[in-house]
Amino acid sequence: MTGIRDSAWEGDLEQLKGLVSERALTGETMVLNMGPQHPSTHGVLRLILELDGETIVNCTPDVGYLHTGIEKTFESKRYEQAVVLTDRMDYLNPLGNNLAYCLAVEKLTELDVPPRAQYLRVLLAELTRINSHLVWLGTHALDIGAMSVFLYCFREREKVLDIFEMVAGQRMMATYFRPGGLWRDVPEEFEPAVRDFLDYFPAKIDDYEKLLTENPLWRDRTQGIGYLSADDAVRLGCTGPTLRGSGVNWDIRKAIPYSSYDHFEFDVPLGQHGDVYDRYLIRIEEMRQSLRIVRQALDNLPSGPVRSNNRKYVPPPRSEIGHSMEALIHHFKLWTEGFRPPEGEVYVRVESPRGELGCFLASDGSPRPWRVHFRTPSFIHLSALPHMAKGHMIADLVGIVGSIDIVLGDCDR
Amino acid sequence: MTGFLQDIGLSYELAVLVAKALGVAVVGAFGLLWTLLGIWIERKVAARFQDRVGPNRVGPFGLLQSIADAVKIILKEDIMNRHVDRWPYNLAPILSTLSVMLIWAVIPFTAAWVGADLNVGVLYLVAVGSLGTVAVIMAGWSSNNKYALISAFRAVAQLISYEVPMVISLLVPVMLAGSLSVQAIVKSQHIAYLFAVPMTVLIFLISGQAENGRGPFDLLEAESEIVAGFHIEYSGMKFGMFYVGEFLHAFTLSVLTALLFLGGWQGPLAEKIIPLGFVYLLLKSVFVYFVLIWVRMTLPRVRIDHLLNFNWKFLVPLSLINLLVVAFLWKLMPDTDQINSFADALGPTLVLFLANVVMFAGVAWWLREWARRDREHIEARRAVVAEPAEATAAAGD
Repeated sequence: MTGIRDSAWEGDLEQLKGLVSERALTGETMVLNMGPQHPSTHGVLRLILELDGETIVNCTPDVGYLHTGIEKTFESKRYEQAVVLTDRMDYLNPLGNNLAYCLAVEKLTELDVPPRAQYLRVLLAELTRINSHLVWLGTHALDIGAMSVFLYCFREREKVLDIFEMVAGQRMMATYFRPGGLWRDVPEEFEPAVRDFLDYFPAKIDDYEKLLTENPLWRDRTQGIGYLSADDAVRLGCTGPTLRGSGVNWDIRKAIPYSSYDHFEFDVPLGQHGDVYDRYLIRIEEMRQSLRIVRQALDNLPSGPVRSNNRKYVPPPRSEIGHSMEALIHHFKLWTEGFRPPEGEVYVRVESPRGELGCFLASDGSPRPWRVHFRTPSFIHLSALPHMAKGHMIADLVGIVGSIDIVLGDCDR
Repeated sequence: MTGFLQDIGLSYELAVLVAKALGVAVVGAFGLLWTLLGIWIERKVAARFQDRVGPNRVGPFGLLQSIADAVKIILKEDIMNRHVDRWPYNLAPILSTLSVMLIWAVIPFTAAWVGADLNVGVLYLVAVGSLGTVAVIMAGWSSNNKYALISAFRAVAQLISYEVPMVISLLVPVMLAGSLSVQAIVKSQHIAYLFAVPMTVLIFLISGQAENGRGPFDLLEAESEIVAGFHIEYSGMKFGMFYVGEFLHAFTLSVLTALLFLGGWQGPLAEKIIPLGFVYLLLKSVFVYFVLIWVRMTLPRVRIDHLLNFNWKFLVPLSLINLLVVAFLWKLMPDTDQINSFADALGPTLVLFLANVVMFAGVAWWLREWARRDREHIEARRAVVAEPAEATAAAGD
């Protein structure tokens, strides 16, 4: 009969040194591989846990299981082609990624973006934020065991995706922004659809709050869990709701406004306690604030073109090609060779639903970027995870992982 | 039945044996067949709570979905890890289903249909019901998987400690009826015990739900934490048996609640038209089951230390107080052993009901005080850590 003894781990103990404490090497504590295939690691995150009973002694995130080489792929794509790649990184925030990349290209080439396009970008970026927060809330609640919230959130998310489909023809990977503006103007039915959503959604946020915010079980599971002090949050490079949950007032939309965010009125919710519950409250409030921004953008939407008129970088509309020799040449050049931006390096940052999403772009003057790098919040926040998880239980760990809202596509690129 | 078998030429002993075997087969088969329908009900109800449609492809309203699933699961390959401890590993799923099927032996379906009307029926329920725990521990230990092991740890802590308030609350209907036989308890409910001792029903349901390991107490198989818990290494029909066992366990809790507190098969005309009692019992059970699914679909999962705190610091003392209060009042009231009609039962029921109202008020007050102190404690702790946060916020700007 095959006994338990036969199955002793036969690896080299040396491999574990540094990852786990000495106690694990003697067998006093248990080493558990959580992931990469695990329901609550939000993709393919591997956590090497050292457990004393159910208490976490050590937690080491191991990333890279979803590495797709997207950043390297950028180097073989022309600037305009590469927009498509950005959607695939943080697949819950496709338009936010588009925005970061387009802003970087626009900064490099000093392209102007018409006001209508800027407003639409803000509007859609905020809808994307709602979309992302809905997925976060659903999965976070599912991790903590509230199954129904998950399905309610996805029901509402459908409405947002419907709007994306309407404007871009794609539901998730919209690829709607382009350097210099948008792919095309929004269709007529866009405004009523967004207004419908604005009327429909606030009551649903209240519903989620009724199910969770005051629920004693939910509060037991989230309050005082995964504490991150403001100092630590800054030191570990946290941004977005994870940072603001610790009470640090830092929102890029307010601090370094981009894409005309300074035209809009909205509040930045701040937490005081730096725990899972505060991060939860902040994201819920952010959804409400996003709705405010969407409403303002829709009410004050300027008319006019949605793409820059700089023909050196932006292809002319189809109607011009028929009667303008210049337009035909630009069209041909842009679609066969692409544009050649000046040499240089730029870094822009936007507030993604997860935190600061930075895009570094280096150009050598050729039609393809020399190097593109994204500073992605998921990656940075994962490094803060061990700090938050130590001393808590496994059940808390999934709550903490949920509260920093990681997307592995965003982390590994 | 025995007479008929003797008529066709069997000896008396053999006739009894065949008749008993047939009875076992009928009760067992009914349990398993009911699983097929019950799982459909559960999935449909859960789907409605979650704004989904639920199974609707196989058969009318998806009624045959469970049969399709059963066929699939039987045909699936049975994968067994090389490193498992074979005996407990293979026994555990059988024990899991068996423990709950054994419970069905003493369930009185109607005034006349009961597998075995044991005079220690309730004791038997408790004893056999805890066999399921052994199955979980066996599965968790023998699978040789760390997730399963954690699940087994949790099982030891959770299932065994929740047995205590459950047994204490079971004593109440036993005391009221003056008998351990389930059939006698049902028959003595001229007014359903739900109205006399609602607090006991609540304690029984909570501890029963925890003992079954169903949400919000589904820590044993908490998907987001320990993937599938004790049955993570099981596949094919072995997993299927755990699934059936778990479902039947949960449903049996509803049946027991219906029997012990909702008057079981009793209802208009149930004594005259025997099969009608069966319908009443099923309806009551399904109602209780519906409430349990409702709770399960609404609440987040409890953490293991909160779960144990709740049990030992709240549920056990409460169930003891409840038992004492009911026992005391029951002893004080005259003629409680002479209750033979609705009119006889009215007085004692009212007294007990009022006592329960007082207890509920006390518990509500105490819970509010507790929550307030808890919050103050948290706030006090928070005030200290909140200060550096503001200092950095200013620096950050």
